[in-house]
Amino acid sequence: MSAAYVVSDCWTMTRRELAHWARQPVQVLVGLVFPVMMLLMFGHLVGGGRAVDGDYVDYLVPGMLALTMVFGLEGTMTAVTQDLNKGVIDRFRAMPMTDGAVLVGRAAADMLQSVVGLLLMTGVGYAIGWRANGGPEAFLGALGLLLLLRFAMLWIGIFLALVAGRAELVQAVQILVWPFGFLSNAFASPASMPDWLGAVVEWNPLSATATAVRELFGNPGGAPGHVTAAVVWPLVLLAVFFPLAVRTFGRLGR
Amino acid sequence: MDTEVIRVEGARKRYGDKDALDGLDLAVGRGTVHGLLGPNGAGKTTTVRILATLLRHDAGLVRVAGHDVRTGAREVRRRIGLLGQHAALDEELGGRQNLEMFGRLHHLGARRAGVRADELLERFGLTGTGRKPVRRYSGGMRRRLDLAASLITEPEVLFLDEPTTGLDPRGRAEVWESVRSLVGGGTTVLLTTQYLEEADQLADRISVVDRGRVVADGTADELKARVGADRIDVVVRDARRLDEAAGLLPAARAEVSVDADRRLLSAPVTDRMASLAATVGALGSAGIDAEDIALRRPTLDEVFLHLTADGTAREKEVAA
Repeated sequence: MSAAYVVSDCWTMTRRELAHWARQPVQVLVGLVFPVMMLLMFGHLVGGGRAVDGDYVDYLVPGMLALTMVFGLEGTMTAVTQDLNKGVIDRFRAMPMTDGAVLVGRAAADMLQSVVGLLLMTGVGYAIGWRANGGPEAFLGALGLLLLLRFAMLWIGIFLALVAGRAELVQAVQILVWPFGFLSNAFASPASMPDWLGAVVEWNPLSATATAVRELFGNPGGAPGHVTAAVVWPLVLLAVFFPLAVRTFGRLGR
Repeated sequence: MDTEVIRVEGARKRYGDKDALDGLDLAVGRGTVHGLLGPNGAGKTTTVRILATLLRHDAGLVRVAGHDVRTGAREVRRRIGLLGQHAALDEELGGRQNLEMFGRLHHLGARRAGVRADELLERFGLTGTGRKPVRRYSGGMRRRLDLAASLITEPEVLFLDEPTTGLDPRGRAEVWESVRSLVGGGTTVLLTTQYLEEADQLADRISVVDRGRVVADGTADELKARVGADRIDVVVRDARRLDEAAGLLPAARAEVSVDADRRLLSAPVTDRMASLAATVGALGSAGIDAEDIALRRPTLDEVFLHLTADGTAREKEVAA
């Protein structure tokens, strides 16, 4: 199997996902608008009263960006589950194509959607008064950390979908992802929480990324030295779930 | 040159505590149509999925187009086409988009994939379907597109898993026609079906599958000869004269089956017209009134009852 085939197979599968978007623009739009809505809700309706030094919107936006990356897991899982339950996956598997190309197509499309989502949310954040003061390199670095977290969540989503394979389990994960998202420093500073809860929150990989991103953006709630954790956490998750996902896909039908 | 395209020896597959395949053997010659005939749950689909590299067997030898399906899966995939029971198509995309995508994944290259897609659309009467998504296709159109997708590379071996289930008679005729023209082109076809008639129409050889094994093998004519010929059914008006009537049918008494509840007698016949005349005559002179007399071909049930060693046990199982 030559490298050229690997690239062309992965590209063909990515094109397939993009063609789905072109067919269902409304669905894509809803996926992009939902996190923006959450940002506006927490910024204007719920927020304000948190124990945060500085402007709450400046604290909230980086947290919401990180939260959106984690919630992306749901979308990935739903898409993979739907695909697995369709007959077309049999045709892919009975063809001489690159083994992981189906998954790579999914990953590429989801990452692309996340890039668009991040740009949209930073734009809306800017409109409601959020400012990044860390300079362009730090800004890009922060986006890189967020996408790294998304990439790790993506492979967890693929793996869970391959293992569960059923719509009911997707729902269970959709519910579980909320406490995971909220038991973080995305909305509120751990300093405002009981000690035990604060400790749990500090250990959440989502918190590590949020803190590092706040630092890079020059927003309140940032602390130096968290960039390492924000790199290591996703890499550890990737090291576990990427091979598991690829292996599980290869073993379908055994 | 290798004349055997599919070779299966002692294939086994277990799901939980149930044997889906219990030592299945199969040999299919190049350029022939081979039918796998059997009831639901006999192991037909399991066999096809193993041959098409979608499912791994637990034990036994399985070779397709000269390659072992376990160690040479990719080589096998290069040489096969698969039409499964459910359409293996991307429902959101259009017909041409689907075929072009599959062409690219078969490494035809972008340009040739497009040309091939147009050829196949034309051949299966699907030109002009444009961007309409497959999920809005009729059952027959979907089946045709699915078949087209199985033929992107003119495969050496084509697997058809119950290709006409759920189609109306016209759709069925279309699929049959396509299969016949393929075989003219030298493709080997393995076809599963629950319909005796379909196997009869299309297959050069038939393997009857039951409970994960091949219980009989041969041409349609050979199998029919084993099942016995046509049958004559007589419904007797007066249940008290059923036994008397059974003795009058033009067949050995042991071969006549009696269904007392339905007052139905059934017996194999050799010469259709002579047997019908003899039955009508014999019942008439004995003064036995018949509600109905009919000649019919053996049903699939009867094929299985004859070809499975423990047919009676199975019959009871079904009745229970």
